[in-house]
Amino acid sequence: MTELLTRKKFLTAIFCYLVLTVIVLSLTPFVGSENLDESVIYRELTSGTSADWSGDTRIFVSQRIPRVLLGFLIGGSLALVGSVFQVIFRNPLASPATLGVTAGGAVGAVLAISVPALAFQIGPISTVQLFSLAGSAATMFFIYLMARRPQGLSMNTLLLAGVTVGILAAAVSQLIRYLANPQLLMAMDRWLMGGLDVIGYQQLGALMPMLLPGAGLLFLQLNNLNHLSLGSEMARGHGVDVGSVQRCCFVGGTLVTAAAVSLAGPIAFVGLVVPHIVRLVSGYDHRIVLPGAFLAGGSLLAACDCLARTIVAPTEMPVGIITAIIGGPFFILLLLRGK
Amino acid sequence: MNSDAAMLVLEDVSYAYSAGQWHLRNQHLALPTGRICGIIGPNGAGKSTLLKIAAGILPCPSGKITLAGREMQRYSRREMAAILGYLPQLVGSTFDLVTEQVVAMGRYPHLSGAGFLQERDIEIVEQCLRQTETLAYRRRRLSELSGGERQRVMLASVLAQQPKVLLLDEPTTGLDLHHQVTFFQLLKELANQGIAIAVVTHDLNLAGQFCDRLLLLKDGELVKEGSIGQVIEQQILRKCYGPEVLVSQHPLTGGPIVLPLADIETCQPGNHSS
Repeated sequence: MTELLTRKKFLTAIFCYLVLTVIVLSLTPFVGSENLDESVIYRELTSGTSADWSGDTRIFVSQRIPRVLLGFLIGGSLALVGSVFQVIFRNPLASPATLGVTAGGAVGAVLAISVPALAFQIGPISTVQLFSLAGSAATMFFIYLMARRPQGLSMNTLLLAGVTVGILAAAVSQLIRYLANPQLLMAMDRWLMGGLDVIGYQQLGALMPMLLPGAGLLFLQLNNLNHLSLGSEMARGHGVDVGSVQRCCFVGGTLVTAAAVSLAGPIAFVGLVVPHIVRLVSGYDHRIVLPGAFLAGGSLLAACDCLARTIVAPTEMPVGIITAIIGGPFFILLLLRGK
Repeated sequence: MNSDAAMLVLEDVSYAYSAGQWHLRNQHLALPTGRICGIIGPNGAGKSTLLKIAAGILPCPSGKITLAGREMQRYSRREMAAILGYLPQLVGSTFDLVTEQVVAMGRYPHLSGAGFLQERDIEIVEQCLRQTETLAYRRRRLSELSGGERQRVMLASVLAQQPKVLLLDEPTTGLDLHHQVTFFQLLKELANQGIAIAVVTHDLNLAGQFCDRLLLLKDGELVKEGSIGQVIEQQILRKCYGPEVLVSQHPLTGGPIVLPLADIETCQPGNHSS
């Protein structure tokens, strides 16, 4: 009996992660600062028209569902990018924040908040989101120029440039906060803690033009990433076009991260810890790790957001705090286990 | 060497690393089916560089490379890997993969999409595990293997590509004497099965025993190419390695053996200490 991954084993593993996802996504919309009556919601959704909906059903459809979906997509995206970056940088501590794209997005967001005169709205996209995207794009472009070589991207330079730009961007954010009107500091801090509290279906839709192609590029590398874990020379020897894989991972990873950060701010630990949890459970085959991390990361963030909505009700706690409180000790546990 | 019958031919290949003055100059290499070509020379001679160019790992800025009668640039990376297997020096892994998983990765050039294995692929993986004597630890993780075992696993992974040409860069580094010999015996078996093999090695005695031809490089230039007897020759080796080399005769096989001399003065004939 072989332990090699066959189509059947792959589908079985993904089915298990899907079951977890369905359980989380079907329970979490009912939990929040307001208790919703499930039976009323079910009856009204299956029989009546939207004009007859009660308050519970309206909250369920217009607020809870898009918020849970956003949490799922953001959490899944961050875990997906973390899984990929840990392979291409051959570094288990890599995460979506490693390349400085998160810190670059934060500079844009903090800048937009610090100048209220800049406030405008393009469809569902706010100034803060737009500036955050611009900050992430500028970071991505800069580190790409630094790491570009005739033979392809230099992963070492990309890693070092990303970490350095991240530190630089964090300093710029601090400088903007230092110079900003003190009354705006609360809004800045709130954004920097990460949260899912600004949401509607339109904002969810606005995420898609970057999220879908970015995630698509990453999912296309499922099998190639296994080979990259043996080093670029062995991967080339096996027939993998390493340069193309690295470019796809860089572009896909930064697109997905920029989109996630623009809507939810910097959310810690999901992108770092979830890939390791999935590897512990399912092994090191990235044909399972990538979709598994997407589904588990999405479920984890949706569940954490559920906690964030309820533990200090009627107010909310930023979900970034919850993920760090859960993720931090868990990661220390992983390190101790490795020791 | 007759390059017409060769599976892999490098003609007039040169290479320079951008950072330094070092050049690999106008190298020729022809690997015929069923033969082992040893690439030897002191550190910095350009052995690994030549092998990487032959494997398409490094670009070939000047010269021509032909693989199975077709110019190398015309192959996609995947097509090339179905014909040519390359084992780099000391392969490490970011994650603690299982032996058979690593070997199965070698099927990559023959699979499409997510690369799920079919019955035939699983049979080939088993065959490669058996051939490299790694079947016993197919379920063990790389971290649980010794350096020699891991090196055989990596060779099994390359063999799973079912290559017709095999390029190996110092494959016996870190192996004990027994495993060095068994590794080269395996290479000999593979050559007998019709694979063209080039191996970079620092072990001149193993090269002398198992290779059919040798290529001796120094400072990016060819010093000598030919049969074992033509290359393992005292004057030629001293040109490359310095005077601390003694070429003698193997007491059993009669072939040449190379001995290091720690102190030339005291090692002259007649200066035996009691």
